[in-house]
Amino acid sequence: MLGKLTWDAIPWDQPIPLAAAASVIVTIVVVVAIIVAKGWLPTLWNEWITSVDHKRIGVMYFILGLVMLLRGFTDAIMMRSQQAIAAAGAQGYLPPEHFDQIFSAHGTIMIFFVAMPFMIGLMNFVVPLQLGIRDVAFPVLNSVGFWITAAGVLLVNISLVVGEFAKTGWLAYPPLSELAYSPGVGVDYYLWSLQISGVGTLLTGINLTTTILKMRAPGMSYSRMPIFCWTALAANLLIIAAFPILTGTFAMLLLDRYLGFHFFTNELGGNAMMYINLIWAWGHPEVYILILPAFGIFSEVISTFSGKPLFGRRSMIVATMAICMLSFLVWLHHFFTMGAGANVNGFFGVMTMIIAVPTGVKVFNWLFTLYGGSIRFGVPVYWAIGFMITFIIGGMTGVMLAAPPTDFVLHNSLFLVAHFHNVIIGGVVFGAFAGYNYWFPKAFGFTLHEGLGKASFWCWFVGFYLAFMPLYALGLMGATRRMQHYADPGWQPLMLVAFAGSVVILAGIVLTIAQLVVSIRSRENLRDATGDPWSGRTLEWSTTSPPPPWNFAVLPQVEGSDAYWEMKKRSTTQRVAEPRLQPIEMPKNTPIGFVIAFFATVTGFALVWHIWWMAILGLIGLFGAVLIHGWRVSGEVEVSIEVLAAVAGGPTAPGAEP
Amino acid sequence: MKLAWPWQSGVLDPHGPIGAAERTILLDSTAIMLAVIVPVIILTLVFAWWFRSGNPKATRLPDWSYSGPIEVIVWSIPTLTIGFLGGIAWLGSHDLDPRAALSSDVPPVQVQVVAMDWKWLFIYPDLHVASVNRLVVPAGAPISFELTSASVMNSFFAPQLGSMIYAMPGMATRLNLLVDRPGTTPGLSAQFSGDGFSDMRFDVVAVDRQGFEDWLRTTRSAGGKLDDQSYRQLVRPSAAVAPMSFGDVTPGLFERLAMTGPPAFETAEAAASQRVCFAPRARN
Repeated sequence: MLGKLTWDAIPWDQPIPLAAAASVIVTIVVVVAIIVAKGWLPTLWNEWITSVDHKRIGVMYFILGLVMLLRGFTDAIMMRSQQAIAAAGAQGYLPPEHFDQIFSAHGTIMIFFVAMPFMIGLMNFVVPLQLGIRDVAFPVLNSVGFWITAAGVLLVNISLVVGEFAKTGWLAYPPLSELAYSPGVGVDYYLWSLQISGVGTLLTGINLTTTILKMRAPGMSYSRMPIFCWTALAANLLIIAAFPILTGTFAMLLLDRYLGFHFFTNELGGNAMMYINLIWAWGHPEVYILILPAFGIFSEVISTFSGKPLFGRRSMIVATMAICMLSFLVWLHHFFTMGAGANVNGFFGVMTMIIAVPTGVKVFNWLFTLYGGSIRFGVPVYWAIGFMITFIIGGMTGVMLAAPPTDFVLHNSLFLVAHFHNVIIGGVVFGAFAGYNYWFPKAFGFTLHEGLGKASFWCWFVGFYLAFMPLYALGLMGATRRMQHYADPGWQPLMLVAFAGSVVILAGIVLTIAQLVVSIRSRENLRDATGDPWSGRTLEWSTTSPPPPWNFAVLPQVEGSDAYWEMKKRSTTQRVAEPRLQPIEMPKNTPIGFVIAFFATVTGFALVWHIWWMAILGLIGLFGAVLIHGWRVSGEVEVSIEVLAAVAGGPTAPGAEP
Repeated sequence: MKLAWPWQSGVLDPHGPIGAAERTILLDSTAIMLAVIVPVIILTLVFAWWFRSGNPKATRLPDWSYSGPIEVIVWSIPTLTIGFLGGIAWLGSHDLDPRAALSSDVPPVQVQVVAMDWKWLFIYPDLHVASVNRLVVPAGAPISFELTSASVMNSFFAPQLGSMIYAMPGMATRLNLLVDRPGTTPGLSAQFSGDGFSDMRFDVVAVDRQGFEDWLRTTRSAGGKLDDQSYRQLVRPSAAVAPMSFGDVTPGLFERLAMTGPPAFETAEAAASQRVCFAPRARN
């Protein structure tokens, strides 16, 4: 009846996951109780859950990322504390089968459910506003994409209580992830949650690419497009090209595990090397899917807060697209130690290093954007300067790893772990927080608290160096990754420093939450009535904060790069003719995304536990929901001129004709 | 708690020519890149500080966003640096190819390495002995490794000797190393392979020629034979295995493993006995 699911699936004998799960469940119950008691449920349903507004969906993505950051960080601090204790024969407090799940979950969650939602959320929120348009190309698909991602998140979190998570590392290399070596449900949770959320990511990629290519405001040629939109275009093209590879690779592993195929098994001609090639053919572009939008955020922040246009805009665009292309030609550097020949290793080593050229150009361009500026040190600038310093160091260690002979002694060591945290924290996470502080006032109409924002930055910055510089040294000392305990007592002092660093990062996370809470409570003091708190240069600052659902009552006319800056300059010298208002069509809210996600979760859970009848019911539900949605009478609602006129527009939206 | 420094152990303290060459490339490329990135980091801080909005002495250029000469320079600096480092990477990839035999007057010692759950088996096919979790080699002689795995992927890594290489089921990889002085250095797996992974450690014991002969003699006289039966016993999953040796070895064992992969019955048995879902493991 219930497949492999029994009461034993719940780890009654393990206090750590039980306590964690209990606290999560209590938190959810309390939050739901507050929402119901305060009567917020209809608002939540009508304004958020069923919303197809790209801004709301962007905000929900970001909240999802923040919540999962807490989960992923809990795993991180457990690993750091375990390794701080488990030296020279000591076993620490986490047995291997628990430790192995923790590092697998940490990597999976941080990449797929923290970094991705952060970046997709920011792109979702910002891109249509910067393009000067009213929504993305496919608003309903956007909602579906978000909710499917949330379904994947839910499955990963269910694995904490019901069953187990993968014990294979975050990329689940076979044959370890095959049934013969991982007979439990952990790898199945991993595969189904990523298959489901991967569909959501692909939908978002198609949506944003179409939006950027087809839906820009009048006058916005590619050369006038804001740099963040360029980086978003590159990232979404990569999503479209790379995510199907991931889906295909996982599909083959699922066939191995469920139907006795032999793509990657030890027996009958299976070959695990194929999986490793395929997963990195997705995995390396994935790194750039995350970092390119972050580059875009820093470009916007540095330009805006310096009060200058971005230096070398064309170079920046060329560099972005060059990285986009090159990112598909370097995957083999993740396994130089597989024994490919000198020519193959040499080729991929050189290609990898070539990526450092456009990246280096970007750094120089940011540097010369600062030059001659009048820099206001708002919170986003702290993150941007912190990023420039940190990312350069990460880039250097990346080039060190790109040379096959040095990779032969540094591969899979803590040096490697330090390197990718250096670029992912120093690049993606710093970028996400820069963007969060930068665009928050646009989303909510009040700025975030400056003092707490800066305190949070300093904790992250100092904590990062404390936590990861020792790991570089440990890697050079011969320490490899994923060790539940180690023999050499000489490693322990540096492990303790790294643990202290993770505690400082914890303070940074607490301060981030404090900043949000304090800012909401004192929102009246932090209110920004202008819609343009940073003296912005791009179109998102030309409308109100928060923008109306249709963003712009009248689509802006773009006459140059830094479109809004041009408008502000012109409007002081000449009077612009006031355009007429026209009624506009907006997509209706729909629960289809939420319903699809519900059935996807049910199907995923059923497949993990081999509950076939439930999987079939889930699939029927999925199909039926899409069918019913397809037969809806009208998907759009007209907004009249009166309504448009009544809602305050921005400077480009003067009142209607009387 | 003992304080150790990075240059006293690991890859910065090589005990052989491969490791030494890799350390040289590591240090050289770091020095070259530091020459670029340190000025950039300093300039970032100087520019950010000097051009702060409150500085009355700074010259503002609010519309300056293009300069041909600077564009040429910002493309040239990374291109030249990477051109140089790329050359080092290409040459190093060929000079230090793990497959390339090391030239030496001394004949190489053949070692066949089998990664198991969770221990290392070293077979000396020409000398007809084998050992577990202890690799004894003559200092000064090239060692020619062939590696495979009896279960999942692992990576053979002796940090002070140099290059690591994957050990993968159903195929053989090759690695050539040389230890240039007697002494004991650590070795471990660098590719996660399951619950016992942390205990997949071995010692590399480099001894002089006479010491190696002595070790061979004592190993042979100590007895024990690695044949199909004792192999089947050995391949069962176990962790933190104390070093042991076999005074005789049935020929062809490694070749069979590397050609056909681990026999199915072993993996099925392994699954049934050790890697069971939810099996509570005693904390030791």
